[in-house]
Amino acid sequence: MEQATLGIAVFTTVMGVLATLLALPAGIAAAWVLARRTFPGKAVAETLLAMPLVLPPVATGFLLLQLLGRNSFVGRAFDSLGVPIVFTWKAVVIAMAVMSFPLIVLTVRAGLEQVDRRYEQVAATLGAGPWRVFLTITLPLAARSVVAAAILGFARALGEFGATIVIAGGIPGQTQTLAVAIFNLTEAGRDAEANRLLLVSLALAFAAMLVANVVQRRRPIA
Amino acid sequence: MITIAFDVSLDQGGFRLELADEAQVEVMGLFGPSGSGKTSLLEVIAGLRRPSRGRVVVGDETLVDTGQRLDRPPHQRRVGYVPQDGALFPHLDVRRNVIYGASRSDSHLQSPGSRLDHITATLDIAQLMGRHVRELSGGERQRVAIARALMSSPRILLLDEPLTGVDRNRRERILPYLLRIRRDLHVPLVYVTHDARELAEIADRVLRLEDGRLVAAGSAPSVLGPQSA
Repeated sequence: MEQATLGIAVFTTVMGVLATLLALPAGIAAAWVLARRTFPGKAVAETLLAMPLVLPPVATGFLLLQLLGRNSFVGRAFDSLGVPIVFTWKAVVIAMAVMSFPLIVLTVRAGLEQVDRRYEQVAATLGAGPWRVFLTITLPLAARSVVAAAILGFARALGEFGATIVIAGGIPGQTQTLAVAIFNLTEAGRDAEANRLLLVSLALAFAAMLVANVVQRRRPIA
Repeated sequence: MITIAFDVSLDQGGFRLELADEAQVEVMGLFGPSGSGKTSLLEVIAGLRRPSRGRVVVGDETLVDTGQRLDRPPHQRRVGYVPQDGALFPHLDVRRNVIYGASRSDSHLQSPGSRLDHITATLDIAQLMGRHVRELSGGERQRVAIARALMSSPRILLLDEPLTGVDRNRRERILPYLLRIRRDLHVPLVYVTHDARELAEIADRVLRLEDGRLVAAGSAPSVLGPQSA
């Protein structure tokens, strides 16, 4: 594989892993709240969480730019710390994480709702507090959907384009992901290079979805 | 002996439970048709269901008292609860199920004379410890679930008995083990069953429930009639 192609593939994969690591814990927490708690405004919260799935990714990117850009409160705060976000690799991770988040929440929530509440109740009568119940009963019993969520989230992150290009740009060697690179190359008429990246994308996406499918199809624990 | 006192009401989807009793018991039996509220009462005592009004006292501790806005969470009640099918954790083997609620010092000892050794011997499950819960028969599951509850050192054990006892063989019967628990471990029991003869054999107090109400309470013969003897 050509040096540039390999560099882009590795960069995109690393960003995807970081985004998944960022989105997964938050996604599990949100999924648990939605699966196990009732509260006023739950329907609104569910809808807001799902927004990145249906909003044009470019619009999500623009929203993130407003929230994190140099003119925003958060952006200025990070700038003053010497850690700019927009148009850096951190913006790539954030764009990917935001776009993966709803997918992770949906997948984990479905898994949590499959866990029989009685196991959690019995564990509590055995003296286990809420955290221990979650870590030793709920999470292991929902493990397959958590793994599947992580892989789906990762695959979604690899393909991220719209939000990334708005808040991270596509700076070669700095923020250029596979999707952005393919776009730039086709725009420039460099189809041969675009084709190489297309093959890399296909291979990564295929591998991720294959693993997700295998994990989800294995015999259930219960 | 332990004091069990409750006076609770519970509304659940058109079904209303109104139950009150207070007694010193070693083994209390709950008897009555399906849907009479037996399981609901166990769940209220275990803290898995909140009564709409009332209080439950076990021993010298008030577990719930809606008037005082007191409601101990289940993990602080020290009330052992064995649901109908045992609800063994499907991702853990028998041993890890049994020690789930045990204190650290109790959990890794299977040396002669240890608590784990004593309880697994009482319930005749020592030979099952390495098995997966999928491989257990119904009676074995229930004994493992009882051992698991006992290992958490409960002050009382609540036991919901399934209605499957038509042609169970002797090893599948749970009663002999309950008699051993009463004799050797001295853990007070609240036992739900449809079998009047079993109750006559083990219970020192029987509550008869119908439609969420207590219709009779007292010794087994006085509640269940002479046919149970």
